[in-house]
Amino acid sequence: MEKIQEKISLVTADGTPLKISLARAQRRGKMVAFMMVFPLLFFVAIAFIVPIADMLLFSIDNSIVKNILPKTTEALKDWSEYSGELPDEVVFAAMVEEIKSAKAAKQHTKVGGRLNYESSGFSSLFRKAGRKVKKIKNPPFKEALIESDKLWGEIYTWQVIKQNSSDYTDGYYLAALDFKRKFESGKIESLPEKDSIYLKLFFRTIVISFVIVFLTLVIGFPLSYMLSTVSTRTSNILIIFVLLPFWTSLLVRTTSWIALLQQEGVINDFLIFIGFITEDGRLAMIHNATGTVIAMTHILLPFMILPLFSVMKTIPKSYVRAAISLGAHPWKAFWKIYFPNTAPGIGAGSILVFILAIGYYITPALVGGVSGTFISNRIAYHISNSLNWGLGSAIGVILLGIVLLFFVFYDRIVGINNMKLG
Amino acid sequence: MSNLPPYLSVPERIWHYVFWMICIAVLFFLIFPLLVIIPLSFNEVPYFTFTKKMLSFDPEGYSLKWYNEFFTSLNWQGAVRNSVFIAFFATIIATFLGTLASLGLSRPQMPYRTLITSLLISPMIVPLIISAAGMFFFYSRIGLQGTHLGVILAHAVLGTPFVVITVTATLTGFDNDLIRASQSLGATSTTTFFKVIVPLITPGVISGALFAFVTSFDEVVVVLFVGSYRQRTIPWQMFSGLREQISPTILSAATLLILITIALLTTLELLRRRTERLRGVTPS
Repeated sequence: MEKIQEKISLVTADGTPLKISLARAQRRGKMVAFMMVFPLLFFVAIAFIVPIADMLLFSIDNSIVKNILPKTTEALKDWSEYSGELPDEVVFAAMVEEIKSAKAAKQHTKVGGRLNYESSGFSSLFRKAGRKVKKIKNPPFKEALIESDKLWGEIYTWQVIKQNSSDYTDGYYLAALDFKRKFESGKIESLPEKDSIYLKLFFRTIVISFVIVFLTLVIGFPLSYMLSTVSTRTSNILIIFVLLPFWTSLLVRTTSWIALLQQEGVINDFLIFIGFITEDGRLAMIHNATGTVIAMTHILLPFMILPLFSVMKTIPKSYVRAAISLGAHPWKAFWKIYFPNTAPGIGAGSILVFILAIGYYITPALVGGVSGTFISNRIAYHISNSLNWGLGSAIGVILLGIVLLFFVFYDRIVGINNMKLG
Repeated sequence: MSNLPPYLSVPERIWHYVFWMICIAVLFFLIFPLLVIIPLSFNEVPYFTFTKKMLSFDPEGYSLKWYNEFFTSLNWQGAVRNSVFIAFFATIIATFLGTLASLGLSRPQMPYRTLITSLLISPMIVPLIISAAGMFFFYSRIGLQGTHLGVILAHAVLGTPFVVITVTATLTGFDNDLIRASQSLGATSTTTFFKVIVPLITPGVISGALFAFVTSFDEVVVVLFVGSYRQRTIPWQMFSGLREQISPTILSAATLLILITIALLTTLELLRRRTERLRGVTPS
């Protein structure tokens, strides 16, 4: 059997079997194609994917306490945090020793800063300990440390330290979703209504984004329809009205909305001029949610119109005409025949606008005031103001998760390979 | 719009005109915010409003002082220089790597195409604030935060998806018979590449490069985090200006940016027509 197969197998000019030769050629083709893509893939990996992964690590990283207080955290392992008793002398001795060495390396405030995110008071506790600890020379360290600050005598203090002495934490994610771990019991509880900010902010971001999607759809649909019905020559000219804002810098468009909407702005002046409002009744259209919605609807409108237009262009006019000639009322023909055909465009445009809206930062920051800011503004706040990078990263990862989820929908509807620009 | 078919009923005629009014209102909504900035930038007083003098077309109500400010102030001139410098190098990196990758991605033998394409265009999908945060952490760690190189690399990454998409789109409509024809006529693969492939994909490459340039030129979130005052670009300067003291210099900068946009749109349109002509497609 084998012999027969050997006989009939084809060979190339140099004597190698055709099968092997073909496989080799295909492998070479694959290699060549891959080598062309590789430089960009490498670049994107280093300059983009790694930074995102780094952020992911930041959101769970908890190594500060363990790295600066290694002996204390090790000693705390033998202490049962729910026993109702303070840790023994060994732990206190390690803590005193390590605060001394951390103070020398100016690291003790880092631990305090980290634990302060969990429970306020730790920052000052460690700063104070850094000053007082050099006076503690002889055992018993337990009494001496408690004497320096009675907080060291609270079981709660040690519970917080123990629960943050592992390399990783889910604390930032809990905080980002308005949950808190009770240190006394280790149970996870949601924050009281008045203290919850992040869920509200996520919710507001999503609601405003939906409002923007709805408005862009309502405003964009008639125009896209009109563009698809007029002659190509006319639509080529009118599409400039869509493309010009699309290509204009985001900051230019935001600036113009500030000029239009502010209290002393163009729209208020105009409304006073026509007598619609009085000088005292100037409308507050900026630095609130209204400002964000108006400006972002304008900014994102082209992202709705362009996909809608490209879908509507392909719907044959004869469909509606056929429906009307069969006796349907023009409205019914539109609603039952034309509208369902635009669904892919509506889907693509809506998801695109939603994905873009939910991650917006610049426009809400400039025109959003207090009631119109998004979750992105909170991320920026934690990175550049509060410096709670772990929490900022955790919020970022959650937002990224939401965006990717919607992107999967987008991919199902449109396909990333069919993504078109302008 | 004027020649309606005679068989339409009165309500249908009314609806037709109402519909056109709606469309004109939408067009107005799209374009008015851009146009309103232009006269405001010639304001005499340092506010974002039309003064009485401006509305009565009194020449005294208008001035060029904000343009003067724009072209002489160190802040703005530094911003212009940085914007052009950063966008130029970011575009070169993005265009070179993006075009090469697109040529690879368009080969039929390319393995894991969908996965790799998704990775390559991910910088376009991830919200800018998240990219900016990640880059801020990582670039600070490796000492690139607050350097021109850092901002250039960040912008190059953000621009590559646009190059990949436009060039791949050009290559999708590519007629492979042209390559076979060239080879059958005795051309080497180098000659084929430069004489046949390059001229055909050039419009795609140029429009991809324009996209990459605009991405960098307009980008502000990443510059705010990865850059510092020394890397301030025009949008950076506008953003901090809008947050601190609002001066119509921002409006003059905005007006100049609108003019650049118009020039750019015209270029893109000419390129599109060239592609269609080369492909032998009549403009649809």
